[in-house]
Amino acid sequence: MFEKALTGSKRYWAWIFFLLAVIALGVMAYLRQFNEGLGLTGMSRDVSWGLYIAQFTFLVGVAASAVMLVTPYYLHDFKRFGKLVILGEFLAIAAVIMCILFIFVDVGQPMRILNVLLYPQLHSVMFYDMCVLAGYLVINLVVGWTTLGAEKKGTPPPKWVKPIIYLSIPWAFSIHTVTAFLYAGLPGRFFWMTAIMAARFLASAFAAGPALLILLALLVRKLSKFDPDPGIGAIQSLVKIIRYAMIANVFFYICEVFTAFYSNSPDEMAPFKYVFFGLDGHTSLVPFMWTAAVLAIVGIALLIFPTRENKVLLPIALLSIFLANWIDKGIVLIIAGFVPNSFERVTEYFPSGNEISIVVGIYAIGALIITVLYKIAISVREQNQI
Amino acid sequence: MSVNRRQFLKRAGALTALGLGGSFVLTGIRGKIADAASQTPSYQKQKQGLVAKHWAMVVDMSKFKTEEDIERVIQSCDTIHNIPDFGNKKDEIKWIWKDDFEHTFTESKNEYLTENFKELPFMIMCNHCENPPCVKACPTGATFKRADDGIVMMDYHRCIGCRFCMGACPFGARSFNYRDPKPHIKTINPDFPTRTIGVVEKCTFCVERLEKGLKPACVEASKGGLIFGDLDDTNSEVRKIISSKFTIRRKSELGTQPSVYYLVGGEESV
Ligand code: SF4
Ligand code: SF4
Ligand code: SF4
Repeated sequence: MFEKALTGSKRYWAWIFFLLAVIALGVMAYLRQFNEGLGLTGMSRDVSWGLYIAQFTFLVGVAASAVMLVTPYYLHDFKRFGKLVILGEFLAIAAVIMCILFIFVDVGQPMRILNVLLYPQLHSVMFYDMCVLAGYLVINLVVGWTTLGAEKKGTPPPKWVKPIIYLSIPWAFSIHTVTAFLYAGLPGRFFWMTAIMAARFLASAFAAGPALLILLALLVRKLSKFDPDPGIGAIQSLVKIIRYAMIANVFFYICEVFTAFYSNSPDEMAPFKYVFFGLDGHTSLVPFMWTAAVLAIVGIALLIFPTRENKVLLPIALLSIFLANWIDKGIVLIIAGFVPNSFERVTEYFPSGNEISIVVGIYAIGALIITVLYKIAISVREQNQI
Repeated sequence: MSVNRRQFLKRAGALTALGLGGSFVLTGIRGKIADAASQTPSYQKQKQGLVAKHWAMVVDMSKFKTEEDIERVIQSCDTIHNIPDFGNKKDEIKWIWKDDFEHTFTESKNEYLTENFKELPFMIMCNHCENPPCVKACPTGATFKRADDGIVMMDYHRCIGCRFCMGACPFGARSFNYRDPKPHIKTINPDFPTRTIGVVEKCTFCVERLEKGLKPACVEASKGGLIFGDLDDTNSEVRKIISSKFTIRRKSELGTQPSVYYLVGGEESV
């Protein structure tokens, strides 16, 4: 099947080479970081995790969100998602690979990363996170590839993948739950140590992931002859899921804010004050947080009202929801967890140019994987349509 | 060091008046008051150096009279442990340092404290917690607690530099080698390893000195301001102080059980 990725239009190749160029810049930036150390990033003794770990956290959610298609389609026989589901599985593959890359570029001694498996520590959440992520990657590769292969031959998928598909459902929940437990179990990090962290993670993931998926599906529809939703309402069904997930996400957030401020607990309030109003004159995250808040409201409103059927407004709503979640999880959540520090001082974090090049490079790798996998899926589908 | 019951209570009153009483670990008011003068060292010199079941430190800031006393103690650790000086806060590496009361004991400050009080200096280092969250977090076992004496150790060769332990430590006790430390070490002590780029490090209670039968360098340099010993030994100096005087620990409410105790209102202080 892979040969399908090697033939394409001029536009296809231009896009591939553009991505390769961005990736090359990222690789160069990484080599610089590899030689000179993480001192080249904006991270510090006080804010010891930054954009890398934040992207990792966000993308685990995107990966997990494939379950919002897999569950209805395979478990409840919801046929409308039939054409979308493969796009979800392939998006998950790209997202998990990006997650692994973000971990890789974040560690100070990348050559030793296998120590996590050589000396497994059963008390460390990170060990479990690595295991579930690797497992999820394998599951999605196997499921995506075999179902598409079967489709190409025009046969139903082999029986043995069924149990693996069912396994992928709880597995998707587990990857994001375990990722939330990385943070939710740390004493003294009040922004993170909250019982609904895992629930919040899942809610935001099930909003942001499918939002991205629909945007990609709309692109696919525009750029190819394959229509993932030929008037069967698949997209609108998914929009409902996104809407409720996003409402749940905002609701959980309000719960957090209530607990912090009604209890008047200084430790709980401080990070929220920092992200919404600034602390001790440090306000770098304030514009981001308010942007996210506004985008979340706008996105929800557009999806509640019939505007969700509008060809122009739907992408805007989905983009708003995606960006709101990306800002919340891919920027604010991780950084604000370190503010104020254990001495109640504020150290701010500003990513360096080199760091941003690496982040963009990894996203370009993700885009490349999605492009290639979608190209294969689309070619198979186009062929079958004829 | 001896304190009689009357002095003890007076001091307790004074401290409560300062609004600190609530956070003190009140132990031994009824028990016998320790007479530090009649100490016998708990740890014995053995073939493998000093041993204990639970190493602990008492910080008596009243013994730190001048800025120089503090500097000397910090220097003693920095020089023997090859601590680099990058000259910036971002990449900073420190095993022992000072901070003021207000920021060290954030939960105990109040707005009525005089500036003098807020700015009282305290020595800070890794607490060698009994329930160390850093150890729980570490995915490789590069940071681990020694079963025999409770010291929380680092294996610089196994550490992958994921910094999960830094997120997990609620005391800001850990530093990461953001840059290659070697060019920034003033004079390298050949008897102690230098670290490489990309690993985490922190105070180790001077295990390398304990093995040789020596007390930690900072303890030696402190001239009595830092008291080190076996908390499990009822006759040790640290045990006597901790069980009979007002000591506080940083963020004890988090349940990590720090092994570094701060004697507040030690001799002539406050
Ligand atoms: S103070 Fe921090 S680094 Fe030291 S043992 Fe406790 S948690 Fe670990
Ligand atoms: S940075 Fe090193 S010591 Fe800290 S958690 Fe990671 S592997 Fe363990
Ligand atoms: S005990 Fe040793 S390593 Fe720890 S601060 Fe003192 S001198 Fe440094």
